[in-house]
Amino acid sequence: MRTADQTLDEILNLAAIHFKVPRQKLTPDDDFFKTLGIDSLQALDLLTRIEHHFNVELPDYELQGVSDFRTLAGRIQARL
Amino acid sequence: MKQFHGQALSWELSDGVIEVALHREPCNEIGSQTLEELEKLATALEILTDQSHALIIYSDLKSGFCSGADLRELYCRSREMEQAKALEGVRDYLKRIHRVMNTLDASPLTTIAAVHGVTFGGGFELALACDLIIADKMARFCFPELRLGLIPGFGGIPRLKRDLGNGVVRDLLLTGRSINATKGQAIGLVSQVVAEGEALKAARATASQIGKFDRRTAIAAKQFIKPIPYEELQREIDIFCDLFAQPAVERGLKRFVESAEVLPYLP
Repeated sequence: MRTADQTLDEILNLAAIHFKVPRQKLTPDDDFFKTLGIDSLQALDLLTRIEHHFNVELPDYELQGVSDFRTLAGRIQARL
Repeated sequence: MKQFHGQALSWELSDGVIEVALHREPCNEIGSQTLEELEKLATALEILTDQSHALIIYSDLKSGFCSGADLRELYCRSREMEQAKALEGVRDYLKRIHRVMNTLDASPLTTIAAVHGVTFGGGFELALACDLIIADKMARFCFPELRLGLIPGFGGIPRLKRDLGNGVVRDLLLTGRSINATKGQAIGLVSQVVAEGEALKAARATASQIGKFDRRTAIAAKQFIKPIPYEELQREIDIFCDLFAQPAVERGLKRFVESAEVLPYLP
């Protein structure tokens, strides 16, 4: 089973690769909308990639109000 | 008309397969222009059906298959009219889109929705009118209508219930959550999940396979297994129109149209 830190690290890696942002520029408490410069459709895209990567289902209403990687990782971790 | 190029969609018949491409920015919202062109398609199908065995509908846009009804147009048009007129307009619009969806649903052709990305609301309903859904792994399906104080109005509830059962309808309808293609396949909504960008290719291969079968047999099989739930479809229109008259809907549409939220598509 992944630790919370591993989950967070994998999300940061996934976001960096997909949105072509240097990994070192992403930190756990970043607002991913601002850091990645993504809109709502791209956020859905990120959600889908995360679901596939972790093999989990994350209802999108659980993401309401979530904008930083650390909280997002917490939501994922709760479903692993 | 073996081919057509409109503002919202295009189609072409080749080797017995009609390929319908949606291409209205930003994500194929179904407004009056798209409806007019879908009606042209429905009319053309009467002639093209004799020369074809399958129809594929897909999106040319990166953003997704279709994000549903054009809510901005709906909001702006309904604000320009007094309520009774607006309701009449909505009912007329729904009847027209239902005719198109029913034509597609009952078409003697084997119909395939090749979807990717956002497949929401009316876009989901368009896919549900098809016989098969082939999904790119990045596709997402959702009925966000309750957020607006509405129910899906393009035939989605009766068709989803016909295909998958009431429990799935309740889950998607009452929570408004979106599901990915893998989940869609697990619940029987999606027939094939393919890699990113491969849905159209897989749909073409499927259409080619379908072309090997005797047409009369394929038509008989489809008619036997795919009844059109006309009564429930009519009730859906009535319920939608009843709800549309509620003040919550105008508030919901206004919130959506004027929203500066970063996640307006999320219920």
